[in-house]
Amino acid sequence: MQRSKNDVWVGLFVMLGAAAVLFLALQSANLLSASFQSSYKVSAKFDNIGGLKKQAAVKSAGVVVGRVESIDFDDTAYQARVTMALESRYVFPKDSSLKILTSGLLGEQYIGIEAGSDEKNLAAGDTVQSTQSAVVLENLISKFLYDKAASGKDAESGKP
Amino acid sequence: MSWYRASDWGWWTRRKLADLGHAARLMVRLVGMLGVSLRRWRLVVDQVHFLGNHSLAIIAVSGLFVGFVLGLQGYYTLQRYGSSSALGLLVALSLVRELGPVVSALLFAGRAGTSLTAEIGLMKAGEQLSAMDLMAVDPVQRILAPRFWAGVLAMPVLAAVFSAVGIMGAWVVGVVMIGVDAGSFWGQMQSGVDVWKDVGNGVLKSLVFGITVTFVALYQGHEAQPTPEGVSRATTQTVVVASLAVLGLDFVLTALMFSL
Repeated sequence: MQRSKNDVWVGLFVMLGAAAVLFLALQSANLLSASFQSSYKVSAKFDNIGGLKKQAAVKSAGVVVGRVESIDFDDTAYQARVTMALESRYVFPKDSSLKILTSGLLGEQYIGIEAGSDEKNLAAGDTVQSTQSAVVLENLISKFLYDKAASGKDAESGKP
Repeated sequence: MSWYRASDWGWWTRRKLADLGHAARLMVRLVGMLGVSLRRWRLVVDQVHFLGNHSLAIIAVSGLFVGFVLGLQGYYTLQRYGSSSALGLLVALSLVRELGPVVSALLFAGRAGTSLTAEIGLMKAGEQLSAMDLMAVDPVQRILAPRFWAGVLAMPVLAAVFSAVGIMGAWVVGVVMIGVDAGSFWGQMQSGVDVWKDVGNGVLKSLVFGITVTFVALYQGHEAQPTPEGVSRATTQTVVVASLAVLGLDFVLTALMFSL
């Protein structure tokens, strides 16, 4: 009698643990949408990827359509080669362009796809030609300062 | 022992080495008894009930309060940077990766480890273990192994419960009381927590801690001096050694998982 009562409680205990793990996996880590969906790989070359990381989102119109799969350096073109896995249910024209964008002022970087107008669609293994690098804050500031200095000089030399 | 005599140092080192070897041998024996314990599943179930179910209340309540505090403190820090919407992510990551396994292991050492040590120490003091030996019943197999495997089984369950309850506690404080947006609380959490990297590593950690704490408790009980003072010293040792081992191992495991 004592034994079978224990069994029920232990069973409940283990069930509770399984429920907790399930809760952690589904509610906090979102296992279901962590896409086991089929995807196709597309690569692109960027002059500068800034702070882009593996697993970063690939978004089109703000919707996540894929993930960055790998990033490596191409030492013949001196560019970064980024491979992305796009979900199979989304297709994009061949001449779509990629941009590295930042969510918010200091947020994570992600790749934005802007659809082109080609009739053919991107297929697995394709390389996207039109890319735009990440905006590097330092370059932006130095450009701004340089422009400012240049225009200041112009204004001075313009005066008699 | 006197610290100025070299021979005492040698004797001390040799004794500690022998203890370590003895502990390792016991560990190997316990691990090797997995099959035997599985065949006598009833013994393990009873111990899971004793170690796990009875620890559930303290684990759940502690988890809830740790979650409350994390919600408050996390909000206090994050709102300085205007990113209080990341509260869910902060709480989930710190609980699942770190606090869940570690704090529940410390509580487990205090709640279940001590009772294991005291029980086995008293069995030894009452010469029950030697009596079993005389009847050709292996006390390691009959007494220690079921407790060991029950502890190893119970610990990940308790840690998972701790983390889950903690996240709900943080939800209560963050979303219900402070008013962080519920959508961003869960959304940021879901996009930032990885099932294998974070949840999986947490479970792995708690499994290692379960082995550590249960083994330390059993070893201390098994090696206790069979006197009232000996048992009390062994119980204290269990808490001290198990806590230090958990915290030390936690660093090693985290560093390992970081590099992977």
